[in-house]
Amino acid sequence: MRKLSEIKKSFLASIWFMFLTFPIMVIRVNPIEKVVEWRWRNMVFVGVGSFILSFVWRYMIRQKESGLKKNRADDRHKTPFIQRVREERRLFIPLIAVLSVLGVSFPFIFSAYQVNIMTTALMYVVLGLGLNIVVGLAGLLDLGYVAFYAVGAYTYGLLNHHFGLGFWAVLPAGAFMGALFGILLGFPVLRLRGDYLAIVTLGFGEIIRLVLENWNDFSFGPSGIANIDRPSFFGAQLSLQNATVYIYFLMIAIALFTVFVVNRLQNSRIGRAWVALREDEIACEAMGIDKTKTKLSAFALGATWAGMMGVLFAAKTTFINPASFTFLESAIILSIVVLGGMGSITGVIIGAFVLILLPEYLRAFSEYRMLLFGAILVIMMVFRPQGIISNVRRTYKFAGINISGEQSK
Amino acid sequence: MKPVMEIKKLTVDFGGLRAVDHLDLDVKEREILALIGPNGAGKTTLFNCITGIYAPSEGSVFISPPGGGTGTINGLTPNIITRKGITRTFQNIRLFPNMTVLENVMIGRHCRTRARIAGAVFRGKATEREEKATVEHSYHILEKIGISQYVNEFAGNLPYGAQRLLEIARALATEPFLLLLDEPAAGMNPQETGVLDALISKIRDEENIAILLIEHDMRLVMSISDRIAVMDYGKKIAEGTPEEIRNNPVVIKAYLGEEFVA
Ligand SMILES: Nc1ncnc2c1ncn2[C@@H]1O[C@H](COP(=O)(O)OP(=O)(O)OP(=O)(O)O)[C@@H](O)[C@H]1O
Ligand SMILES: [Mg+2]
Repeated sequence: MRKLSEIKKSFLASIWFMFLTFPIMVIRVNPIEKVVEWRWRNMVFVGVGSFILSFVWRYMIRQKESGLKKNRADDRHKTPFIQRVREERRLFIPLIAVLSVLGVSFPFIFSAYQVNIMTTALMYVVLGLGLNIVVGLAGLLDLGYVAFYAVGAYTYGLLNHHFGLGFWAVLPAGAFMGALFGILLGFPVLRLRGDYLAIVTLGFGEIIRLVLENWNDFSFGPSGIANIDRPSFFGAQLSLQNATVYIYFLMIAIALFTVFVVNRLQNSRIGRAWVALREDEIACEAMGIDKTKTKLSAFALGATWAGMMGVLFAAKTTFINPASFTFLESAIILSIVVLGGMGSITGVIIGAFVLILLPEYLRAFSEYRMLLFGAILVIMMVFRPQGIISNVRRTYKFAGINISGEQSK
Repeated sequence: MKPVMEIKKLTVDFGGLRAVDHLDLDVKEREILALIGPNGAGKTTLFNCITGIYAPSEGSVFISPPGGGTGTINGLTPNIITRKGITRTFQNIRLFPNMTVLENVMIGRHCRTRARIAGAVFRGKATEREEKATVEHSYHILEKIGISQYVNEFAGNLPYGAQRLLEIARALATEPFLLLLDEPAAGMNPQETGVLDALISKIRDEENIAILLIEHDMRLVMSISDRIAVMDYGKKIAEGTPEEIRNNPVVIKAYLGEEFVA
C-alpha cells in the first residue's frame, strides 16, 4: 500500500519535471535549416531520471528521520568524528603532520594555476573566520561583509597608486581601515536585529560598491586600478612564478595566524560575551554585558580580517575594480560560515575549502558544474542543517575542588 | 536595619495601561521580601523597571549598597545596574541554551572581570590568572547551588528545575547586594521547591544579600519571607509580616481567596 503511494508520488514528480524541462530539453530550433527538432528521447530520460531520483531522495529522507528518532536518546554522548580527531592525539598529530607536508610541498608539485586556486581557498578561510566572528559567534547577520574586503583592497590600491606604498606597509593599514568601517557600520545598526540588520548591512555593502563605481575622481570608477604592486620579498620584486608561490606561503602564514587569534578570542571573556549576545540579548545585558561595546567589537574584529584580505587580494591580482565586490561575494562567504557550522573554526575551514575548491574541480563537468554545486549544497543543508561541524563548546575538567581548566582543541 | 533600595512613586505606563501605579517599596539589608499579587498585577514589570529594561514614566529608584555608591539608578542601562549590584532571574527562563552550564555562570562574572581584546589574544599572566579565577569562582557557585554535576552540559539540555537553579547561579556570579527572583519555584515539584526554600535562605544568610522575591507558591512565600508586599492593578495594597498578610481582609479578597485562610 505504502509502496504504491510512494510510486505514485515519484510518478507525479517525474511528470512535473518533464513538463518543466519540456521547452529546453525537447524543443530545439535549428536556425540554419529553419526547422524545429522534437527530441522526445530527452523527455524519456528526464522522466525516468527524475522518477528514480525522487524515489531515492524520499527513501533517504525517511531513513534520516527514523535514524533521528532512534538516536535522539544517545545522540548527546556520541562525539562526532571530527571532534574525536581533535581530542585524540593519536589521530590529531599524524593528521597535522600530513597536512603540513602537503601544504609545504603543494606549490612544488602542482602548477601555478593550482597554487592560485589554493591561495584563493586560503583567502576565503580567513574571510570565513572573520565573518564567523560576526555571524557565527555574535549572531549578527551581516550581508554586507564584502564592503570591508573592498575597503581593504582600495586602501592598498589607492595608497600604492598615489604614494607607491608597499604591501607590507599597507597590510596593517588595511586591517585598521576594515575595523574602522566595521565600527562605522556598527553604530547605526546597534538597535537592529535579525531581518532588519540583514537588510541594512546588505544596503551598506551596496553603498560602498556604488560609491567606488561612481566616484571617478577618487576610485577611478568602473575601470578600477591597475598595475598594483605584488608583495615584495625583503625589498626585492619577484617574478610572476615566484610571486605566486610567495603569496601562497604568505597566505598559509596569515591563515594560521587568523586561526590562532580567532581561537583565542572565542575562548576569552570577549568571545563568551559574543556568544551570550547571540543566545539571548536581553539576558546578556541583564548579566552586566555592555551590548554596545560587544556588538561594535564583533563588527570591528570581523571586518579587520576582511580588510587584510582586501589588501592581499589587490596585491595578488594587481588589478581591482568594483565588480569584484558584489553581493555574490558576501553570499559566498556567508555560505562558508553556514555550511561549515556557525561558530566552529574547523567547520569554517572545511566549509571554505569545499565551497571554493569544489566548483574549481567540478569544471570537468563543464556546464553542469553549477548545477551539481547547487545540488551538493542543497543536500548538505537537508541532511546536516547545523553545518559540517555543529556547535562545540570548550569543556573544563574538575577534580574535586582542584580545578584545572583543560581545553579540548 | 537600613534599606538597600527605596522605590518612590514608581509608575510604568504602556500606552493607556498603567502597569505599575505610584508604587513605594523599601528593601532592607539582608531581608527576604516577597512580592505577591494576582496575574497581571505588574510584578514582573516592576522588576523590568528596576533592572533598566523599561524606563519609568514617573518616580525613582534609589539604592544604597553596603559597599558604597548610593544614588538613583533611573535611566541607567541594564548592564550598569547589574554592575552596581542588582541582578535578577527571569520568569520565562532566559539562559544561554547553547553554552555550557559553566559558561553561563562565567558570563555572570563578565562585569567583575576586565580582560580586553589584547588580553585575549596575547593571554598574558594577568589574563591567565583572571580566567582561572573566573572558572574556579563559577564552579564554586555551581557547587553551592548544587548543580555542579551538569558543569559541561549545554544549559538548554538541563531539566527544568536545574535550569531555574542555574539562573540563580548565574545571577549570583555578578556579586549582587540585591537579588530579584521572578517566580523561581514556577514549574518545580514539591521536592525541588523544598530545596529552593533552603537555598534562598542560605543565600541570604551566607552571602549577605537582600532578596526581593515574586512567587505564587504561598507555602514557600509564607515560610521564608521576612516581609510580604501585595500588588494589585499596579498598586501596593498591603505590606507586612507573613502573619499580618495572611489575616489582611483586603489581601484575602484580592488575591489569597477565602479557602487559603480556612
Ligand atoms: N511590554 C509590554 N507592553 C504592553 N503591556 C505590557 C508589557 N509588559 C507587561 N504588560 C502588561 O502589564 C501588565 C502587568 O504585567 P506583568 O507581567 O508585570 O504582570 P505580573 O504581575 O508579573 O503577572 P504574572 O504573575 O502573570 O507574571 C499586564 O496587563 C501586561 O499585559
Ligand atoms: Mg510576572
